[in-house]
Amino acid sequence: MSALTDMPSRNIVRDGVTDTLVMTKRNLLVWIRVPAYIMFTLVQPIMFVLLFRYVFGGAIPVSGHYVDYLVPGVIGQTMGFGSFGTAIALANELQKGTIDRLKAMPMARSAVLLGRLAADTLRMTLVTLVLVGVGAAMGFRFHGGVLDAILMFVYAVLLGLTICTVSAFIGLSLKDEEAVQGFGLIWVFPLTFVSSAFVPVRSMPGWLQHFAVNQPFTQVIDCLRAFASGDPVGNHWWVSLLWMAGIMALFVPLAVRAYRRA
Amino acid sequence: MTASNSDDAIVVEGLRKHYGDVHALDGVDLHVPRGSVLGVLGPNGAGKTTAVKVLTTLIQPDAGRAIVNGIDVVKDPAGVRRSIGLAGQSAAIVEELTGRENLEFVGRLFHLGKARSKARAQDLLEQFGLTDAAERRAKTYSGGMARRLDLAASLVARPDVLFLDEPTTGLDPRARNDMWGVIRELVAGGTTLLLTTQYLEEADELADNIVVFDRGKVIAEGTSDDLKDTVGGDVVEFTIDDANDREAALAAVRSIDTTDPTLTDTGVITVRAGDRGSDRLVEVVRALDSAQLRPQGLGLRRPSLDDVFLALTGHVAEESADSETATERVGG
Repeated sequence: MSALTDMPSRNIVRDGVTDTLVMTKRNLLVWIRVPAYIMFTLVQPIMFVLLFRYVFGGAIPVSGHYVDYLVPGVIGQTMGFGSFGTAIALANELQKGTIDRLKAMPMARSAVLLGRLAADTLRMTLVTLVLVGVGAAMGFRFHGGVLDAILMFVYAVLLGLTICTVSAFIGLSLKDEEAVQGFGLIWVFPLTFVSSAFVPVRSMPGWLQHFAVNQPFTQVIDCLRAFASGDPVGNHWWVSLLWMAGIMALFVPLAVRAYRRA
Repeated sequence: MTASNSDDAIVVEGLRKHYGDVHALDGVDLHVPRGSVLGVLGPNGAGKTTAVKVLTTLIQPDAGRAIVNGIDVVKDPAGVRRSIGLAGQSAAIVEELTGRENLEFVGRLFHLGKARSKARAQDLLEQFGLTDAAERRAKTYSGGMARRLDLAASLVARPDVLFLDEPTTGLDPRARNDMWGVIRELVAGGTTLLLTTQYLEEADELADNIVVFDRGKVIAEGTSDDLKDTVGGDVVEFTIDDANDREAALAAVRSIDTTDPTLTDTGVITVRAGDRGSDRLVEVVRALDSAQLRPQGLGLRRPSLDDVFLALTGHVAEESADSETATERVGG
């Protein structure tokens, strides 16, 4: 009896791409079938939009309509919170031994990590679209051009992907779903709330403003807001890109190393 | 060590792997002839899982050589991965996917292409009696069904060499028997199998040859019968129900000049008969009778692998359980 896979492997790059696509599809299928995941990644951000629009929003002074201020902020926050799924899934698959089994197959080893990031990036794109739709129903409007709107999506999804690489590292390092439940999100709270997501930074105490103004979420959210409103982006566009490139330059190698060792 | 030859599907020589001070593998030699079943027996932490991880290219050994299907696991891990299958504790199963989807995804990851992955999934679902459950999510499967699906997943690419890491741990006796049936059929088809187990009965049922691991070393090897002979012939066994009489029974048996009898928590006393066979049985009966003790189920029997482990290591297999065990997923 000879193995079915005796034929020479076709092409390393092509196999890598195919394997990544297969893993992406598998991960997305799992996501849409688990109500808790949908709840967490889709319903929760919508809840944030509703709460801030109708409960807190009236008390928060911003120039222009609050809903126009809020929607880019919630999108930024959601990119942070949504990365939790990356950490949970990787920790769970490590813990169950699934990743070991995939590693013992002749598939491209990189496809496990790439397929995870690709699926999560698609998921984030979908969530961004939904949030824009929900926001529009409550009065959110793009005031810039089509290019500005596209750039807002691109920056949002790039932020999502960037934070997912951090979460991938966390999931692969903790290797334990419960540990991730406890720790995987806690660091996102200060980063997303101590930012310009929901309230103008100038309303915070001076010492906190230094952090809030310069941290990556504020930079990217200010970018998203400028693209949505059609206002000038200033230097936010390149500071954001620098932040995201820097975070990926640090966490992609860390995540890959953790994956290899796991 | 037996000299290896080209008919061996697995050859391992002087394999070592340590984690800190722990020698998970401390110089292991193995050879598995093509088409045969090797049972790797030992308690948790004995090094069984580490050996499987080296042979399936998941970890690199510190020293020694491991050849699977003629391919060196360190020099050409990708080649090894193309000729092996690995199954065990339902780890490959994605619970949110149906049984069919699970198998099709594995086919795609083995680069079988869409059509062949579908066909292969259908064949395997039929072979493992899972056609009725094929469109149900694996989450809803019983423990036994999940193990069968897991085993099916490891066979998608028709591997030449199959590794089963504790395939029945955590299963109830009926599901275990079903699983044994499935594995027997598979082996009858000529697949080479390396099977790790904590169950002495399982190795006895399925394996052509057995190696016994303890603390990273192979402490015995041979057929089930060979190993039983190391205990030294048959054993006399009986049960003393009254816990207060058990010490007296041990003393009575010791008075007839025998090697150390053993006593379990449930009052089962085992005495090695050596080459005296039924004469020893008569001596035991007399000794107990004169001590006015009432044994239950007294008889002479062939030694079990439990007796073997005890004779080889001086401790009972279950007692040395610790670290190595993987997270057990019951139910799936």
